[in-house]
Amino acid sequence: MKKILLIAALLAVPTIACAADAVPPTITSNADAIGVVQTNLDYVWTLVAAALVFFMQAGFAMVETGFTRAKNAVNIMMKNLMDFGMGSLFFWAIGFGLMFGTTTTGWYGTNGFFLSDFTLGSDPWVLAFWMFQCVFAATAATIVSGAMAERTKFTSYLIYSAALCAFIYPVFGSWAWGSLFHGNGWLEGMGFIDFAGSTVVHSIGGWAALAGAIVLGPRIGKYGKNGEVKAIPGHNLPMAALGVFILWLGWFGFNPGSTTAGNTDIAMIFVNTNLAACAGCVAGMITSWVIFKKPDIGMSLNGALAGLVGITAGCANVSPNSSIIIGLIAGVLVVLSVIIIDRMHIDDPVGAVSVHGVCGAWGTLAAGLFNIDGMTAKIITTQLIGIGAAFIWSFGVAFILFKVIKATVGLRVSAEEEIEGLDYGEHGSHAYAEFQTK
Amino acid sequence: MKKIEAIIKPFKLDDLKEALNEMGVQGMTISEVKGFGRQKGHTEIYRGAEYVVDFIPKIKIEIVISADQVERVIETIISSTRTDKIGDGKIFVTPVETVCRIRTGERGQDAI
Repeated sequence: MKKILLIAALLAVPTIACAADAVPPTITSNADAIGVVQTNLDYVWTLVAAALVFFMQAGFAMVETGFTRAKNAVNIMMKNLMDFGMGSLFFWAIGFGLMFGTTTTGWYGTNGFFLSDFTLGSDPWVLAFWMFQCVFAATAATIVSGAMAERTKFTSYLIYSAALCAFIYPVFGSWAWGSLFHGNGWLEGMGFIDFAGSTVVHSIGGWAALAGAIVLGPRIGKYGKNGEVKAIPGHNLPMAALGVFILWLGWFGFNPGSTTAGNTDIAMIFVNTNLAACAGCVAGMITSWVIFKKPDIGMSLNGALAGLVGITAGCANVSPNSSIIIGLIAGVLVVLSVIIIDRMHIDDPVGAVSVHGVCGAWGTLAAGLFNIDGMTAKIITTQLIGIGAAFIWSFGVAFILFKVIKATVGLRVSAEEEIEGLDYGEHGSHAYAEFQTK
Repeated sequence: MKKIEAIIKPFKLDDLKEALNEMGVQGMTISEVKGFGRQKGHTEIYRGAEYVVDFIPKIKIEIVISADQVERVIETIISSTRTDKIGDGKIFVTPVETVCRIRTGERGQDAI
């Protein structure tokens, strides 16, 4: 019976084709059809890119746990899982509206909460756009996790990640990116260039991480009695390296995906992203080789990330040659910054502040300095205003937030729990149950 | 009967095992240990901060043999594990009061 139906269906195909041929295509109908193909391509590219950016969560989780001790690995996995899970829900409920809702002031959006811009049967573009923006918000949130690793109370981290995705990130985002949807921010009105988020995502995350690391204080044993810097070696450097490769891959969604359109612009953005990362890890390696007399794996990995963060703002408006210079400088900057922040007794186990905060600021400035259409004093001034605004907003609000958390629920685990490991203290389990950890 | 404990460099274990098998030593117990002697530890660098690794990973091998084999076993251990560099390890020889094979209850020389 099925076979007969199949044959009948096959015989019917030419008839249907003839019926379609009955209406010859016109110039208008062809133009419409081409438009539909382009629209479909925009959806596909934006969502494929969103999936790549989502995978960066795995990269961050691997980098963070690789650079820290085995006794805290469960805690780090939980933080990275939950800042995406909780963060997405808060971005859905509050953040997206604050970032992309209509605004009269240019300082925050006022509608579109709970994805209310979408109704059944209406244009689903808001869904594709939301998905892409959601993974960006989660990226900003997860940056902070690394700087606060191995000593932060789990409940306090949950409160922080909700606050970042609901408030800190979206408000700044609305200043720089609001007009990508219904908003209209004051900073973008001045001509601020930040194509994929050196400032909007990375500096916001990096400066919040700085505030967190300062309010928390260093891990027990990080600094000696006379203030000397001590090493607390990470438990799995191959895992950290895998994380960096995953992040690098994810960045091919992060930067080229920020076109939110399937067009030919993505080729140069891809190349710029890759060249800057390559230059960054080479510069990180050389700098560490000169300073420590050995090519250091941690610094070379940080160098690759520094190059990626550095090119994020200018990936669409600088030449491939410039992207190499931007990456090289980022790779040197990140090593010096890690050393200086360490000497300031700010304990950042993975170098999140240096990679995302410092190199995010550098990348934003570089997007103006190496602008393909020429650099003007006005562009540089605007870039500097954006860099400054991001620092004041993110560091300021996060500092107050962490102080409030510290005074209420408490920000740090007890000394006994920190020594025993957060895996057991916070979660009652171990990451490597059959191995002895210290 | 004597017990020989030798602390050796981990990468020499295979050579030593083969050499001991060839001379007729039938069993051995090994453990992963850490320690230092006169050579002390060494320094490593992690993200720009130098730190001292005090306890260097070593392998400890334990074998029990009859007293007349001691000199030959010591010679075998030395010839198969020596690198002439610091940290080659040490050999300790101690008397063993008795040995018992759990499965059969045999005692002394027969249980080795």
